[in-house]
Amino acid sequence: MADTRLIRIQNLSKRFETLKVLEDVSLDVRIGENLVVFGRSGTGKSVLLKCIIGLLKPDNGKIFIKDKNILEISLNELNDIRKNIGFLFQSSALYDSMSVRENLAFPLIRHFDFSQKELDEKINNTLELVSLSDAIDKMPSDLSGGMRKRIGLARSIITDPELMLYDEPTTGLDPITTKEISELILNLQKKLNMTSIVVTHDLICAEIIADRAIFLKDAKIVHEGKIEDLSKSDDPFLKNFFSNEIVKAS
Amino acid sequence: MNLPVIKHKRRATFSHLVYNFFANITGLTIFNWEFIKAVFLPPYEIAEVKKHMDELGVKTFPIVSITGFIIGLVLALQSYPVLLRFGATDFLPNTVALSVIRELGPVITALIFAGRVSSGIGAELGSMRVTEQIDAMEVSAINPFRYLVVTRVIATTMILPVLTIYVIFLALIGGYVAVIITENMSFEYYKNAIIGAVEFGDLIPGVAKTFVFGYIAGIVGAFKGYTADGGTEGVGRASTTAVVFASLLILIFDMILVQITLMLWPTLG
Repeated sequence: MADTRLIRIQNLSKRFETLKVLEDVSLDVRIGENLVVFGRSGTGKSVLLKCIIGLLKPDNGKIFIKDKNILEISLNELNDIRKNIGFLFQSSALYDSMSVRENLAFPLIRHFDFSQKELDEKINNTLELVSLSDAIDKMPSDLSGGMRKRIGLARSIITDPELMLYDEPTTGLDPITTKEISELILNLQKKLNMTSIVVTHDLICAEIIADRAIFLKDAKIVHEGKIEDLSKSDDPFLKNFFSNEIVKAS
Repeated sequence: MNLPVIKHKRRATFSHLVYNFFANITGLTIFNWEFIKAVFLPPYEIAEVKKHMDELGVKTFPIVSITGFIIGLVLALQSYPVLLRFGATDFLPNTVALSVIRELGPVITALIFAGRVSSGIGAELGSMRVTEQIDAMEVSAINPFRYLVVTRVIATTMILPVLTIYVIFLALIGGYVAVIITENMSFEYYKNAIIGAVEFGDLIPGVAKTFVFGYIAGIVGAFKGYTADGGTEGVGRASTTAVVFASLLILIFDMILVQITLMLWPTLG
């Protein structure tokens, strides 16, 4: 039977000086799955994502993406893997000296051999997917928070990645925009058939997107399952977390 | 690239300052080595280099124009009374030309360039670092060091000698204006006096060292910006320390390069 796991994380540990952020974390992500990583602020959710993409080097453990341990390969090999991964940063991380068009063209020009016509077509199609065709010649400073997220998302998916990593995609957005962005992420995932890992503490976002969720606490995965099951759990910590999030969401 | 961590504390102790000094030196050495490794490898971002030559170099022309003119003017005005005391006012063009070409032109242009460009690069890259734009490039499988650092350092290295020659020219014009004010000297005499006094050997070391100064201004600004941390405070710190560090290194290297020049061309002394 074929291995359906896109990512395998084994015994991952990371600490910053004396602060333990991840300890002995093991996790599998299946192809086509939407995994939500929950946890309070400072529990190592973003660190986990940055270890997966190779921005941070863990102290111990193994991270396999399509059977390649990314901690034991060269930078060129890692970059080949990165070309198939999209990453949406919490701050969107748009290049502020470039227009929206240039932001989207930037990875395409460097990784593909597109003609100008193909390039324009690809940019226009991707902007249509995020419903922001009008913003093509705007600068990032002219965009609202929600628009920046959409453009950040467009730049991440423009290379047709197999895996999308979202770092707090709805932080700082109002509940309506949060719902819109979450639905957009879900629609794109279905349309482009991607695997996603979403780091969030936003329940609206998680409920819309998640196939499965894990909960990080004290540097470890303490709960795993479907959102519905976790939210009905009798565990005092989960009860407390979900009741607080529900109050915030309403 | 594993760089030593620079520790920022509000109340730094002496041991912290010593640690940070050596961390900066070690970090900058590693950063230089990374530059040397990256500069010869493709892709060669020629368009980016041209863009930075315009942004960092051409846009510095107004400020160095004013400075160059004033250096020559003031130098001639200050030198005149001294030369007058010895009845040697005929040597005013020679004094201005040799001072400006050998030392003042290159060093002052480099210091002004560092003030504008090192701080600009430090702030720009620092801002890109703290807003995760550099990380965004890295996760897109694009080498940010080559795209952001190498292009800027090549641009600053190439453009500073051009600016210096321009400043020297303007300083000599400024010197002539002072000569008109103080002494009834024709332009023909002024020009011929300079041509007679200045040898080719005077110009080459003066301009050649500005390649080194341009490199210092670029690499220090890039190092400080690329390794910035701590939000907006970190960006401000990167910008300020880039100017201080670059200016200091320019003066230290000037001292070393003058010694080397005098060893290679003893007749210049």
